[in-house]
Amino acid sequence: MSMKYITPAETFKKYLPKDYVELVDYGPFGKSQEEAGPGNMGQFKELLEEHPMCSGCWMAYFIRVIFAALPNPEETVTLGTAGCGRLAISQAAVPFIYGNYGDQNAMASGLTRAFRLRFPEKHKDVITIAGDGGTMDIGFSMTMHSWIRGEKFTTIMLDNEVYGNTGGQESGMSPQGAVLKMAPEGKKFGKMPATDLAKAAGCVYIVRLSPTNIKKAAQIIRRAIFVAREVGPTFIHAYTSCNIEYSIPTEEVFKDAKEKEKGRFSFDEYMTDAAREVIERVEAEEKAARKARKEAMKAGAM
Amino acid sequence: MSQKVTVGPAGYMPKSAPSMGVELAPEGQALLYGNCVSEEEAMRDAARAMLTRDNPTIFPGPQVLWDWKEDVAQKAEAILELASEIPNCKIIPMPDYRPKYPKIDVKAEINPNHPNLTILDNKIKACIFVGVHCHYANLSLRMIRGGTDCYTIALCAYMGHEEAMASIRDLHAEDIRKLRDIVIEEREKLGIKWTAKMPPQNPSLPKEEFETLNAADYGEFRSLLMPRRGEQVAEVE
Repeated sequence: MSMKYITPAETFKKYLPKDYVELVDYGPFGKSQEEAGPGNMGQFKELLEEHPMCSGCWMAYFIRVIFAALPNPEETVTLGTAGCGRLAISQAAVPFIYGNYGDQNAMASGLTRAFRLRFPEKHKDVITIAGDGGTMDIGFSMTMHSWIRGEKFTTIMLDNEVYGNTGGQESGMSPQGAVLKMAPEGKKFGKMPATDLAKAAGCVYIVRLSPTNIKKAAQIIRRAIFVAREVGPTFIHAYTSCNIEYSIPTEEVFKDAKEKEKGRFSFDEYMTDAAREVIERVEAEEKAARKARKEAMKAGAM
Repeated sequence: MSQKVTVGPAGYMPKSAPSMGVELAPEGQALLYGNCVSEEEAMRDAARAMLTRDNPTIFPGPQVLWDWKEDVAQKAEAILELASEIPNCKIIPMPDYRPKYPKIDVKAEINPNHPNLTILDNKIKACIFVGVHCHYANLSLRMIRGGTDCYTIALCAYMGHEEAMASIRDLHAEDIRKLRDIVIEEREKLGIKWTAKMPPQNPSLPKEEFETLNAADYGEFRSLLMPRRGEQVAEVE
């Protein structure tokens, strides 16, 4: 929760496991996106490496992207609830709070407010990352109320369109007609209009996407976080297929994500004027910083 | 003196120490087997346990491993001095509290979600918890008492821990040095010859070579692997 917490006491450094030493020396803490971001994943020590997700899990990939895209990982707290996602999120080197069946947005509300009182001079990013069940079914009321209250944090819904962790029950986000292990007759009604609900409830930045493009997905995650710092609640609705419950062969997971991008997960970005202002300002600042770094490197090389 | 909290294994779901009538020691006193005693008495018993039981180990927690506060460096130094005076003492850290799945490197770290794995694998019969946040120390100490025969010592900067066999409260760098002196005294009384020596470095596993690593190397965890870049897994268990 600050750079101090990831700086080892000098005398103990040699007693820390190598994993931690590497995280401190080669991790993304205190670094820019060019040094340690989604563009060069695999070349730095990532916040999330080992996890128990299924082989070919698209959700695990997107969670890695989320952690690689964080603008300030040392000042970030994530919250989640029961579901597949938390198995990986809880193992990342970012503080994680495990909500009790869908109350992640209620907890995040209190946490954000407390951070703003306790650290008025800093941006402490609060992000809830939960599945479609946790966000739109079990946690629906708490999610909606946090948006209606205008709580300033980011909500990311990992939509795999099923309760994958408990054996394949239909969720509110499963598409109409979906035949699942525990919904053998097929789902009788359609997907909940999550992004429309978010808009009606007052979210200031809303995106629906199938994260097939790493850079674009990372840019959206960062935008959502920057806007939440200043303007209001932000929401990302991401397709993260469950290749087990939907029987998608591992080698076709990416193809499936691409197909969904053309269908019900077509890219859709909504932002209010205030959100646009923040995004334009922050991205202009980032661009200037990148340019300055490049020039400094050139000068150093000469 | 009847012993309320004893070395385990107490069995599955052991009764918690507070439910057995153990209360935290008042300021200036310590807990030994659940009874209030003088700080020195608890320190002497703890020292004897660390000197006579197999594989004594110190488990430093996040509060002393990370440089988050001014007095951390001093405390860390004192802990190393203490470790150097205990024959063949090891240091196995608890750097944070996140769960470690699918596997934990039990030689390199201890995790509060399953501390018994590290204790049993390393055959540790006496250990010191220091710098672990109280709620996680309570959880770990109770699990250790439930599932292992390890003598636990809690060196706490706050109010101490009922679940440990010996619990010393309000403990800072100078108190750790006092414990070190008691360890030296008891060691001499027991006639153990030892020259102060730093514990061995962390034996964490070498970095995995992904180029040569085979999926079969992961044994029962094979199905939990993500494929390598470019690899396509056609068959799964």
